[in-house]
Amino acid sequence: MIDVLYFAWLRERIGLRRESVETQAATVADLVAELRTRGEGHDLAFADLAAVRVAVDQELAAFDAPLRGVREVAFFPPMTGG
Amino acid sequence: MPARIQQAAFDAGAEANAFAAGLAGAGAIVTFTGIVRGDGGLLALEIEHYPGMTLRAVEAFVDAATLRFSLTDALVIHRHGRLAVGEAIMMVATAAPHRGDAFAAADFLMDWLKSRAPFWKKEIGPSGEAWVAARDSDEDALTRW
Repeated sequence: MIDVLYFAWLRERIGLRRESVETQAATVADLVAELRTRGEGHDLAFADLAAVRVAVDQELAAFDAPLRGVREVAFFPPMTGG
Repeated sequence: MPARIQQAAFDAGAEANAFAAGLAGAGAIVTFTGIVRGDGGLLALEIEHYPGMTLRAVEAFVDAATLRFSLTDALVIHRHGRLAVGEAIMMVATAAPHRGDAFAAADFLMDWLKSRAPFWKKEIGPSGEAWVAARDSDEDALTRW
């Protein structure tokens, strides 16, 4: 079970802040492919992965990052702090 | 505490004075305060963040800056929630034996906060709301370091 979190426009498009996902996905990219089948909002949110960043267990990661033992994956747009 | 993530407003002058009062061995202090601009009739900013990750990420930037620029002390305050035009969004203060390192460290921290700290700004204007897009120039700025 992985906690999947969404921020900013990904949260708005998907309509959820977080969801628990039962998955065997090996990598973040595999998880994204599974999430896209959950509905139109999910599919739209992940339509352009160049505009999406990911954190695995609260550390910035790449889409090929492995998910073995991971508890939390967050998806969000490029950050705009400062 | 070198980093604070908070919803509440802060007094940048009072923070700068408190920072300066607690220092030993510094010959230079640089402070930067970011303010909400009223461009294009902007009414407010809504800043979202990733509570579990933000503080640790910002503390890691402070640690990196401290090591790299031989800082004697550093402070980052970054707000989230709804901010009106003219309010302070964030501030950075750096202290070092010499000014070059204090300036460079403040610049370094700003670049990392802009592009690698999990904050997202939404502009609330007269005709609606829009997420602020990340700028390529902000991303490019990181390559300086």
